[in-house]
Amino acid sequence: MNWDIALFLGQDGLVNGVIYGLLAIALVLVFMVTRVIFISQGDLVAYSALSMASLSGAKTPGTFWLLICLAVIVFATESWRWKKGLQVDWRSTLIWALFFPVIATFCVLALPTNSLAGNILTTICIITPLGPLLYRFIFRPIANASVLFLLIAAVTLHGILVGFSLLFFGAEGWRIPLFTDQGLSIGNVTIKGQSLIVVFVTISLVALLFLFFEKNIFGKALRATAINRTGAKLVGIPIEFCGDLSFAMAAFIAAISGILIAPLSIIYYDTGFLIGLKGFVAAIIGGLVSFPLALFGALLVGQLEAFSSFWASAYKEVLVFTLILPVLFWRSLRSRHVEDDE
Amino acid sequence: MHFKKIALLSATFCFNTLTLADINVGVTVSTTGPAASLGIPEKNTVALLPKVVAGQKINYIILDDASDTTASVKNTRKFISEDKVDLIIGSSTSPNSLAMVDVVAEGSTPMISVSAASRIVEPVDGPRRWVFKTTQNDISMALATAEHMANNGVKTVGFIGFSDAYGEGWYQAFVTAADLKKIKIVSNERYVRTDSSVSGQALRILGSKPDAVLIAASGTPAVLPQKTLKEVGYKGAVYQTLGVANNDFIRVGGKDVEGTLLAVGPILIAPQLPVSNPVKKSAMVYYKAYEDAYGVGSVSTFGGHMWDAGQVMSAAIPEALKGGQPGTTAFRAALRSALERNKEVPASHGIYNTTPTDHLGLDQRSRVMVKIDKGTWKYEPLN
Repeated sequence: MNWDIALFLGQDGLVNGVIYGLLAIALVLVFMVTRVIFISQGDLVAYSALSMASLSGAKTPGTFWLLICLAVIVFATESWRWKKGLQVDWRSTLIWALFFPVIATFCVLALPTNSLAGNILTTICIITPLGPLLYRFIFRPIANASVLFLLIAAVTLHGILVGFSLLFFGAEGWRIPLFTDQGLSIGNVTIKGQSLIVVFVTISLVALLFLFFEKNIFGKALRATAINRTGAKLVGIPIEFCGDLSFAMAAFIAAISGILIAPLSIIYYDTGFLIGLKGFVAAIIGGLVSFPLALFGALLVGQLEAFSSFWASAYKEVLVFTLILPVLFWRSLRSRHVEDDE
Repeated sequence: MHFKKIALLSATFCFNTLTLADINVGVTVSTTGPAASLGIPEKNTVALLPKVVAGQKINYIILDDASDTTASVKNTRKFISEDKVDLIIGSSTSPNSLAMVDVVAEGSTPMISVSAASRIVEPVDGPRRWVFKTTQNDISMALATAEHMANNGVKTVGFIGFSDAYGEGWYQAFVTAADLKKIKIVSNERYVRTDSSVSGQALRILGSKPDAVLIAASGTPAVLPQKTLKEVGYKGAVYQTLGVANNDFIRVGGKDVEGTLLAVGPILIAPQLPVSNPVKKSAMVYYKAYEDAYGVGSVSTFGGHMWDAGQVMSAAIPEALKGGQPGTTAFRAALRSALERNKEVPASHGIYNTTPTDHLGLDQRSRVMVKIDKGTWKYEPLN
């Protein structure tokens, strides 16, 4: 091992690390607001990457039809609830179940598939509404169940989404061309343009999230819900709307991460699970409550992965997932154990 | 009343099939699940297999095992106990085929496997007396690869493969082959199908400065190491294995897999074979039949294995009929012993000569070298 190799591996690890970081942030966000451990975050990343690949192959991705079906189902359930005399937030329903699907349809029909920007826009429009629609369809009816119950629902959802993924995209892998072939040469080491794009986009997204939580009224409402659900409810924050919003943000982050990794690696229908698990390890390092710690954990996972693939390629995954043990041990020593706080 | 009619009708049908004593063949392949890209061309090929042999009508019963070992065993049991088949063909993957071996031996029904592992038929003893296969063994492919390397002045090779039975099996075979050709293996790396990066392994291989790299992986995951090697600045030749011989590999690999060399069954590039090649004629029969039915450029090596299973079966049936009527134990036993006495049966992957100790029967005529050139497979003479 010399400096060139170390720098190359470091770069590789950084790029993977920031993508795991995005996943970890989304996981922490969703967990804090809704107490759902959203395992399918990784599946949404794979959906996004594979939709990009389908679009660049001039095909309508299967995820588009999934979006339309979910929108119809959610619309029907909301109408049914409304008829029964229950309160329905029509404004947000129309945004997720009508506005976004219409925009997505427009994108799929009108945008040329050979333009990168067009494909990125289409993918974001398809993937983002999937989050809140899935939340309304699956998690909202059981929103007050225990964390374990929600986790079981999330695992089930993951199984279903992977199945759809196989149906939509087949068993073989997909890849799209790099956004840029350019690179910066410093001595013997080339810094890839693609890596720079990934890091830059991630930093901007994190900065944007920070501003959102600090300055925006919706962001503040989300934070309040995360800190104390009952308290937030008492001061008039609509909890269900916060659930919608957190899932929408998670799905948006998934769409962006998917677009970023699509050219870097070959994506299969089931790739999402492993990426999601690594994001989860990072989120655990942050105790599922801290964004900066989760991001730090993700960078650590990325580096560990890159360097262990050099020294002991056969044990790469083992090493990454073993990382969770000392962290859990340390956390269990420090924190008071609470038996399901609901 | 309708029900009665239907019942009567189906009863007549059952009666008919029983009295005619057709030859029943059970086919279990993986048309869904991870091995679907193998199973689908295999299933398509069944429709092209001979329908009448030596005056006997042949019925094919096709079941999907969803790339699942348990389902392949269940299908096999159903074939034997319910359908009373005379022969079983399948399945697409090695784990599935291996699981079927004991079941077919128990039911005294011969089986022809269309998956790769040499352990399916080697050594021929116990339950494996009932099992045959039509796919080339790793070792014969590894020998061809090593021979091509030696002929092109390669002295050192870096190896990277799946960390599963496929990668390990190939590594063992290639060590033997490389030893024979005096080639040194300078690095040995592993990765997992689902890995999103193999930079570490690629850098290690680069550090060992090999003349060529052999990647033992299958399908589109085999693109990743090759792409990464190119990224880290490796300039030498890259060899792949027959596991990448489908068009998805080229689709995903694009420019990065240009110039890749691999040893495969001759069917992949049948039209390009020189006229002197002994397999060209029989391979072209299948090539044409498949393209006529499923469109130009649709032929894959996997369907070829199924075609070959049909050919060795047809070659053995006339002999087997002397032993008894189809549907009887005597016929199945006769079919088994006829299958291990096939002489020079021309098919798509080679020419089969089976013996009681060799239930595969392929020789060096069953592989050629090909090179990926401008996004297509090109025949590459071995010397």
